[in-house]
Amino acid sequence: MTYQAKLRVWRGDAEGGGLRDYTVEVNEGEVVLDIIHRLQATQAGDLAVRWNCKAGKCGSCSAEINGRPRLLCLTRMGDFDENEVVTITPMRTFPVIRDLVTDVSYNYEKAASIPGFVPREKGPDGVHRMQQVDVERSQEFRKCIECFLCQDVCHVVRDHEDNKKVYAGPRFLMRIAELDMHPLDNLDRRKVAQENFGLGMCNITKCCSEVCPEGIHITDNALIPLKERVVDRKYDPLTWLGAKIGRRPHP
Amino acid sequence: MAAELPGLAIEKHFYDVVVVGAGGAGLRAAIEAHEQGARTAIVCKSLLGKAHTVMAEGGIAASMGNVYPEDNWQVHFRDTMRGGKMLNHWRMAQLHAQEAPDRVRELEDWGALFDRTPAGLISQRDFGGHRFARLAHVGDRTGLELIRTLQQRAVQLGIDVFMECTVTKLLTDDEHGMVGAFGYRRESGEFIVWQSPAVILATGGIGKSYKVTSNSWEYSGDGHSLALKAGATLVNMEFVQFHPTGMVWPLSVKGLLITESVRGEGGVLKNSEGKRFMFDYIPEYFKAETADNEAEADRWYDDHSNNRRPPELLPRDEVARAINSEVKAGRGSPHGGVFLDIASRRTAEDIKRRLPSMYHQFKELAEVDITKEPMEVGPTCHYVMGGVEVEPDTAAAKIRGLYAAGEVAGGMHGSNRLGGNSLSDLLVFGRRAGASAASHAAEQKATTPRVTDEALAAARTAALAPLERQGGENPYTIHAELQESMNALVGIIRTESELQQALDKIASLKQRIQNLSVEGKRRYNPGWHLALDLPNMLTVSECIAKAALERHESRGGHTRDDHPTPSPEWGALNLICSEADGSVSLTRQPLPQMPDDLATLFKETPA
Ligand SMILES: Cc1cc2nc3c(=O)[nH]c(=O)nc-3n(C[C@H](O)[C@H](O)[C@H](O)COP(=O)(O)OP(=O)(O)OC[C@H]3O[C@@H](n4cnc5c(N)ncnc54)[C@H](O)[C@@H]3O)c2cc1C
Ligand code: SF4
Ligand code: SF4
Ligand code: FES
Repeated sequence: MTYQAKLRVWRGDAEGGGLRDYTVEVNEGEVVLDIIHRLQATQAGDLAVRWNCKAGKCGSCSAEINGRPRLLCLTRMGDFDENEVVTITPMRTFPVIRDLVTDVSYNYEKAASIPGFVPREKGPDGVHRMQQVDVERSQEFRKCIECFLCQDVCHVVRDHEDNKKVYAGPRFLMRIAELDMHPLDNLDRRKVAQENFGLGMCNITKCCSEVCPEGIHITDNALIPLKERVVDRKYDPLTWLGAKIGRRPHP
Repeated sequence: MAAELPGLAIEKHFYDVVVVGAGGAGLRAAIEAHEQGARTAIVCKSLLGKAHTVMAEGGIAASMGNVYPEDNWQVHFRDTMRGGKMLNHWRMAQLHAQEAPDRVRELEDWGALFDRTPAGLISQRDFGGHRFARLAHVGDRTGLELIRTLQQRAVQLGIDVFMECTVTKLLTDDEHGMVGAFGYRRESGEFIVWQSPAVILATGGIGKSYKVTSNSWEYSGDGHSLALKAGATLVNMEFVQFHPTGMVWPLSVKGLLITESVRGEGGVLKNSEGKRFMFDYIPEYFKAETADNEAEADRWYDDHSNNRRPPELLPRDEVARAINSEVKAGRGSPHGGVFLDIASRRTAEDIKRRLPSMYHQFKELAEVDITKEPMEVGPTCHYVMGGVEVEPDTAAAKIRGLYAAGEVAGGMHGSNRLGGNSLSDLLVFGRRAGASAASHAAEQKATTPRVTDEALAAARTAALAPLERQGGENPYTIHAELQESMNALVGIIRTESELQQALDKIASLKQRIQNLSVEGKRRYNPGWHLALDLPNMLTVSECIAKAALERHESRGGHTRDDHPTPSPEWGALNLICSEADGSVSLTRQPLPQMPDDLATLFKETPA
């Protein structure tokens, strides 16, 4: 079952770099991250890559494999033909630090700028009561492992550096939607979503949802409903309330 | 607050409290320190939100009584002590059981969304060793919920976070105790120092010293080793938890965790003969509370009050040893594990809803559909019970100004940790550490401690050595050898001769790391990072092996083939590790005495 795979890995840093070819052993069941680790241990000790859980839970090992944004630890070598050259490059939307590691501080800055959770008062018995169906909507978005693959793929920022200033990207627009649908949250974030985070720039291409390793329906369940509510806000607060209580997520 | 140190060109910061680690314990500590008015910094090796806590699956143990109103802190306390075979520090176990419910509810005030009961309360699930369904959870991604909630809270409060920085040395002086921490930025390889009178260690565990482990590269035992080198002590280091259910196949994912909730939700263990073998491994100690037949075990899932718990949900040490024995007896699965079967016990829909990430994990990584087939599982190194010896109420270590909380702290879990008790431990003792560190810093303000240039120069020279050396040892090779040895010789079942062999190996590796060399430069260089982690891994490995050799009994996460039973004398003793001149020494210390009102809780026989 063991074979020698052909790998092409981007090596370099902010000053420049390029693709380099390697031949690395592959065993049954291995994922791309295993191969990167073998490369580190045997041929390129200083090859830079981020990872933690190796189980698709932490969102550290994001990169582009044959041009597609993916997690290195969830991409099986078995998905490729044994003779195929597998090309691994860093996420394109973020500045390179070294090799496969990029500077993702854009994401942390956006996260910090979103108005935080503001809970309502507790019930008379001192606890918050919520029904499972009502928490499920925001729970879907809280599955996000912050791999930033959706941020990487979204064309609004992928090729338009300038837009980063005014556009939060799918992950953080979804965070606003999450708080907006949170049964306990009391703050109306519709105005800032539109005016400070660039919700209007999303033209619902759904590329973000397609690459999400958690399978979150970012566009259908977060962005589109948020857009609808922003529109509603201009006319009728009751519609908004209705939407907040009545909507059920995409299966 | 940054300033350049003249001559040395090291980035320098001043804080009241520096928290090393951004998992649950570190974040909770930082939030508390900040709220008490301390200028607080968090330092962590990975990006924010990626610490090990994110991987926790099953839940947070807290006796909120939302599902079983009979539950209360006394029952939780009792379960915890019995799970740890009474070697726990009673006071830590007490504080933990008493405060966990408030800590969980507080998360909800900060935006966490736990799964609900029909009455709209936080739902609680069953786990091994817990008498009642007690684990607050979100599907099987509870750790993600916990870390994200705390992370978002810390960011909302504006606490400074230094991501991708590794602390390599704690700075102390004789007058003040703790004066700061020294480290490097992984990204640039530049050095950095945080000057502060209080440092909280929240660095997690040690699993990367083992080959088969559920732990990530971060678990190189840094905090354990930093504390020891600064003059603090470690307790209970011989106790390492092997989680019974790690993946065994494909090799690429060997060791990856399968949450205990699979068993909590009804999954059972079978050998190659299809037998539910756990009924053959019920120890005397847990006989009274464990079902001895399948019918009763199965009824228990719906009615805990009138039935005893299935043996699959015995504490982890018991289950891991049982699996080990089945495999040794030739009744294992094709890849050297046993079968964990939920497919035949629950509907596909239920499995996908209650265990979504397990479903996902097996599908993606092993091409196994767990709603149709059993999983192959075997023990994996998971958690270290041992850690920095702390004062229970304040989380203070033996050095002034040093605190420890979370997995890096010792005592709370005794010889074996119950599932779910770690996440609650992080919250309870993280908060306590944050409060004590803040008040210590407030008292120190008048005398601003100093970090000397000599101390910094020495720390820097040590860190740069592997980059400057040519043609020395490869850190990856040494790491692999250490992992092999620890796995083979200091694993679940231990013997005197193997432990001695392990110590010899560690001694020779300690020599060899004097001669490490790495290729490349300082900018984001994993080879160099590993070279700097290796001394820590060797230090903790030495602690584990030495303590394991010394303890002539079997208890919890320490099983000696040559001393197979627990001994009352050892049951009254802790082993304490300290370091002098680069080598670890042990002392025996009597267990703290439990007060009578708590001791009576162990007299009644359980239902
Ligand atoms: C797969 C898995 C599932 C689990 N499931 C559960 C569960 O369901 N319930 C439960 O209660 N427990 C569970 N546990 C155990 C629990 O998750 C851990 O014990 C706990 O999260 C540890 O938290 P912590 O805050 O102590 O450390 P961590 O979350 O590991 O954080 C350690 C932090 O310290 C930082 N750090 C380490 N060294 C340095 C250094 N030298 N310099 C700077 N920073 C440093 C790291 O970067 C990281 O930020 C599970 C563990 C695993 C591995
Ligand atoms: S749907 Fe919107 S956010 Fe998602 S990729 Fe398209 S434009 Fe970007
Ligand atoms: S929404 Fe999905 S793709 Fe985007 S950061 Fe979260 S997990 Fe990654
Ligand atoms: S390493 Fe955690 S998601 Fe890949």
